[in-house]
Amino acid sequence: MTNRSTLIGALAFLVLAAAAPALPPWLISLATIAFAHALVVLGLVIMWRAGLVSFGQALYYAVGAYCVALVSRFTGITDAFVLIVLGGLAAGLLAVLVGFLLARYREIFFAMLSLAMSMILYGVLVKTEALGSTDGFNVAPATFLGYAPEGAMLNLALFWLVLVLSALAAAAIGVYFRSVAGAIAVPVRDNEIRIEFLGLSVNRLIHLKLVIAGILGGVGGALAAMTISHVDPNMAYWTTSGGFVFVTILAGAGSIAAAFVGSFAFEMLRSIAVALLPGAWQLILGSVLLITILFVPDGLGSLFMRKTRGKEGEPA
Amino acid sequence: MTPILSVAGLEKTFGSVVAARDITIDVPAEQTVGIIGANGAGKTTFVNMVTGHLRPSKGTIRFGDKDITGMASRDITRLGISRSFQVAQIFPSLTVFENMCVAAAIARDADGILRRAFTPLRSGQTVAEAEAAIELFQIGSYREARVATLPQGIRKLLDIAMAVAGWPRILLLDEPTSGISIEEKFGLMDVVMSALKSRRVTILFVEHDMEIIGRYADRVLAFYDGTIIADGPPAEALANERVQTLISGTKLRTEAAHA
Repeated sequence: MTNRSTLIGALAFLVLAAAAPALPPWLISLATIAFAHALVVLGLVIMWRAGLVSFGQALYYAVGAYCVALVSRFTGITDAFVLIVLGGLAAGLLAVLVGFLLARYREIFFAMLSLAMSMILYGVLVKTEALGSTDGFNVAPATFLGYAPEGAMLNLALFWLVLVLSALAAAAIGVYFRSVAGAIAVPVRDNEIRIEFLGLSVNRLIHLKLVIAGILGGVGGALAAMTISHVDPNMAYWTTSGGFVFVTILAGAGSIAAAFVGSFAFEMLRSIAVALLPGAWQLILGSVLLITILFVPDGLGSLFMRKTRGKEGEPA
Repeated sequence: MTPILSVAGLEKTFGSVVAARDITIDVPAEQTVGIIGANGAGKTTFVNMVTGHLRPSKGTIRFGDKDITGMASRDITRLGISRSFQVAQIFPSLTVFENMCVAAAIARDADGILRRAFTPLRSGQTVAEAEAAIELFQIGSYREARVATLPQGIRKLLDIAMAVAGWPRILLLDEPTSGISIEEKFGLMDVVMSALKSRRVTILFVEHDMEIIGRYADRVLAFYDGTIIADGPPAEALANERVQTLISGTKLRTEAAHA
């Protein structure tokens, strides 16, 4: 399955990259945000496979976004590559810290504690007038190693950047899923006692998953901040986290590509729903979630994958 | 020669309940020790203390020259003391082969979570170890079966095979034949014992069946009320009057026959 899916992924990457200039600008913006969010969702997928659901992934997303916004505001650095690295690092470091606490919890306690962490950040951001309180503040246009595109060209450049980062993240996570630490995800859900008695610390295993997910969340947030050119406390709010969980359920944990497809489908769906029912678009989203859970419990990814797990079925 | 396992004055209390007291034994390398005793006699408590699942209230446990009292179970495993469980602890969603790969992969490298993120789970060496263990424990015909569907005996064998993935020096088996039909017990124990002996493992196994004890143990530890009441070769220990009255029940049966 790996060779074929890598090939399809690479093909999709090239087609999207080549077709981008011909696509309408609204679609480019939507896809950019969708793929930035897909990175956050990949982090959730990593945890989901080990049986953990974070209802506070917006914490890392907002930290990545605010890191970009603050650095460009106070240092004048607008280089996208530097900002993304900083956003990912800031969120990753935070994940290292909160991971010492979170990695000790499971199930609903893990979910609620993650939620609590993100809501603390939300509270801080809302109360900080220097950062614009609930209004947030604008982010200066990104530059790329000295190249400073404007308007439609900037959007296109950001789209290509997101595309490249998505490809890198997908490849890296593919490697991670085949590694000892990455493949031991279903076993964590199955039987922690056995893992401990084989000589591996489950908490450390989960801590690592949290940090990887945190970095992905930060990078996703950094990209989103540059794309929207604005940050506000809603990025840390629990409905944002809920949106990520929604996409995770929609996409399923079975495949990496599904996170991108699922995230794109979600953004499309939301745009259409808002256009159709401006006052009650949540109704449409809710119905879709319901239908997904009832009829495609393993997510969109399960529709593309062969039904039977082959002989090579990975232990994950 | 230093004993491979040396336990002195071990005691475990839960509030006012004494689960184990004054347990003192030395086990030389490659001995096979059978542990007997009624339910609640302290056998599993003893196993749990040696493997780090429970912290002793008093006393010391030494592995060779190293004091391992109160160490975390995974550190004890890394040093070379492993265990299997009364209820097989395996990964039900995975196949037998996948279970073995996980066990072999965890056992192979030194602990270091970051390194493990870059080591492939199915390296050639891990797969070879997994295959070898599957063959050693004769579970090859179930290689691709998902574990949730396996018969009890195979689950037990897999549990033990996973426990020895790290080539431990000592293995503690908590009731390897519980839940197994009488006809299958000896077959299972033959496979387990020959596999373990080929790897020169020192074995401590908890067992209720005196026939199995008589056949496989070099030495018997009889537990009663948290303490050891007999310690010696099977013939001697099983002939002990208190053992017959309190544990094996032979004494009671004989008396009943006389009455």
